[in-house]
Amino acid sequence: MKIWMHGIFGAILAGSLWTCFWQIIVTTILVISTGAAISIQTGPSVLAGATLGLIAILLRAKRCMSHHFLGCTTMAAFLWAFSLATPFDPSGLLPDWQSWVSLLIVAVLSWFCFTSVLKNISPTVQNRYVSEQFYLRLFWGLGLVIFILIVIAPFYVMVMTSLKSQQSLLANPLDLSINMDAGVTVLFRSYIELFTEYNFGLLLMNSSLVSVSTVLITLLFSIPGAYAVAKLQFPGRNLLSGSVLLIYLIPAIILVIPLYAVFSQLGLRNSLIGLCMVYPATTIPVALYMFQGYFAGLPSELDDAGLMDGLTRWQIILKIAVPLSKPAIASVALYVFMIAWNEFLFAFMFLDDIKLFTLSRGIVSLNSSEVPREHLMAGAVIATIPVLLLFLWFEKFLVAGLTSGSVKG
Amino acid sequence: MGSVDKRQGALARREKRLAYLLLLPTFLLVFSIVLFPLIANFWISVKPVTLSDLRPPTLVVKERLRGNLTNASDNVKIEYRFRNSSVKYPLSSASFSDSLPLGIEVTRLDPACSLTGDGIILRCDLGDLEPKARGKIRIEVASADNFSGSKEIFRASEPQLEFTSYNILTSFDFTFANFSKIFSAAEFWDVLKVSIYYTVFGTAGALIVGLFAAQIMKRSFPGRSLVRGLLLFPYVAPVIAVAFSWVVLFDPFSGIVNAMLIQTNITDNPINFFGQRSIVVDFFGFSFGLPLALTMVIIFEIWRYFPLAFLFILARMQSIPSDIYEAAEIDGATPLQQFWFLSMPFIAGILAILFLLRFIWTFNKFDDIFLLTGGNAGTRTLTVSVYEQAFAISNLGAGAAVAVVIFVLLLIFAIIFIRFAPKDTTQ
Repeated sequence: MKIWMHGIFGAILAGSLWTCFWQIIVTTILVISTGAAISIQTGPSVLAGATLGLIAILLRAKRCMSHHFLGCTTMAAFLWAFSLATPFDPSGLLPDWQSWVSLLIVAVLSWFCFTSVLKNISPTVQNRYVSEQFYLRLFWGLGLVIFILIVIAPFYVMVMTSLKSQQSLLANPLDLSINMDAGVTVLFRSYIELFTEYNFGLLLMNSSLVSVSTVLITLLFSIPGAYAVAKLQFPGRNLLSGSVLLIYLIPAIILVIPLYAVFSQLGLRNSLIGLCMVYPATTIPVALYMFQGYFAGLPSELDDAGLMDGLTRWQIILKIAVPLSKPAIASVALYVFMIAWNEFLFAFMFLDDIKLFTLSRGIVSLNSSEVPREHLMAGAVIATIPVLLLFLWFEKFLVAGLTSGSVKG
Repeated sequence: MGSVDKRQGALARREKRLAYLLLLPTFLLVFSIVLFPLIANFWISVKPVTLSDLRPPTLVVKERLRGNLTNASDNVKIEYRFRNSSVKYPLSSASFSDSLPLGIEVTRLDPACSLTGDGIILRCDLGDLEPKARGKIRIEVASADNFSGSKEIFRASEPQLEFTSYNILTSFDFTFANFSKIFSAAEFWDVLKVSIYYTVFGTAGALIVGLFAAQIMKRSFPGRSLVRGLLLFPYVAPVIAVAFSWVVLFDPFSGIVNAMLIQTNITDNPINFFGQRSIVVDFFGFSFGLPLALTMVIIFEIWRYFPLAFLFILARMQSIPSDIYEAAEIDGATPLQQFWFLSMPFIAGILAILFLLRFIWTFNKFDDIFLLTGGNAGTRTLTVSVYEQAFAISNLGAGAAVAVVIFVLLLIFAIIFIRFAPKDTTQ
């Protein structure tokens, strides 16, 4: 008999894992939202979870209101008892109501999570199919929550740090609570200073200018090129459509020294025009590849009909191909915008003049010991918000475009 | 029939010409910004170029006046100071010419100079100038009766310069010193090792975590599209923002992670995650050294790029016909068996492509490590080394040589991979 296939073992495991997990999460949230110095008590929660798991499986708890109510209250009581009546802070730093609310939250979340995992498990040895299903369910839920947390954590810290002051950060790094007492201007002090003293308005303008120009140039160059590759017959066509993506694999770091040398001598280095030449050159090959795939999918009868009606190829591109590929254009435009907006290497190497800085370049210059950390994080938030908004708005387009066309490092 | 062929031929020719015309702008731009620099990089790698050589040697001439011009027949000395701006390269056949204002008579001329154009253009030949060479040329002028002006009028005309300078970038001086220098440096093999370590673990980690994420997101649940968008955040957000928020998160003094570790008594002293080369880890009695900073940048790499792998793997899995799973279910295949024997063969192709692409991009990655550690604490990869050599030590040639090494390694990897990779036969 394999012990891991036994229902009781599974129930104890599920109960202790989920309860311990929620105990850690809720305590962490308590710590960073109040700043109180409390410790994470994993032992009592593992014990309580294991006991409840055992009870749930032996008494065959059903997923109905009365069982849920009983289960949650028992769980809360066990958590309270096993931690010697101090579920969160042995030193009593928290107000009572916070302790009680947190205790209830841990109890309810743990109970619901592990009983939903246990739904078709009986207290006997399970067959391989059922037990594999059980473990997948258990780790599916845990995995989902963990994935969400590790993705969000740095962004959360970024936003919260930008609202703090240097002194309070050093005094208690764990305290990420928002202090609303001093008013909005104090809360958003870093942002206000970035715009008034560090020229962030100008940086935003520069970044937008470069990104929008890159998008326009990329579309202007790649749409006719992609049409040619997709619809016209010419020698070298197959070679071109096969090799266009190879250009994309050439690392930027190899290009940066020659470009630096040449642009310096041409006077293009410390200028936004220089960036507006470099960025499209790196994005056009992908754009061309994506458009070419899309155009190839358009029926060529449309082009023939256009030719019959006396349209030139240019007119066909403008009046037939472009209007029909609006979704592709949207996804490519968004993708290129994000690449240009997020680009760091060339902006960092090329721009010296503070008036020409893009956001990436400007934020790097905030990373010094003279500038407080909350300014750096406020800058990061300012750079992130536009892309994330655009991304959320057009997520469907982007995902479809990305997976059908290409990938970018 | 012959005329029809000819007409079709003309049509085909026109189509061909149009196609080239449509592709021309793209070709020109990509050639000048990508292909030309790629070749130029090989060129620079065998030249002794430093950052200061980018400012080509030039002749500097400054004009200065001594004396007054208030009365007629006042004497004024004009002094031209010239120098070669370069400390390394000579200038050859240097000369300058300056136009003198009307109503001025030259009373004494330097032997190197001559007057042309009715005596109002002064031209001085300086010959060849050694590096750092400097000198003065003095002439004396007197104002004639009809001169009415001030000293400013002399300065109004800038001296016109003529010279042939030496440009190291376009000359035919070659050297292999760059390559011998980088290969003989003790650090080079460490850098190569770190690069490979970073690339292999970063790529494999991102793929494995992406595979897990795809498995989790395959199942439908309320809010799935929201969570899918959320999981793409690390990939979509600017590298500068996420890199610095990791630095702040793991800061030894004001970082939340260290505060947490100390609070829970896991460690007594703050750990400098991105600044400490290695740390001794006790793991059930075994203690071993872990390259801490390198591990951290690898974890960052995985965190930032698993969304891409996840997105592609999920898209591939969702395109698998569901009836084969139903058939497997009826045959009693367990979930893990279904994954190994049904899903894996379907996604092996996309995994191979992703591995190739991610491997190349991770190997080429510069921003992430540069922003997190600056290449210190044992995290210097080849790409950071390009930057170090070229811009921190100002030796462009050596930087280009490292870039050549990167390119050659990538080429070798791509060839090996394309030969042995599983083919995506399902697409």
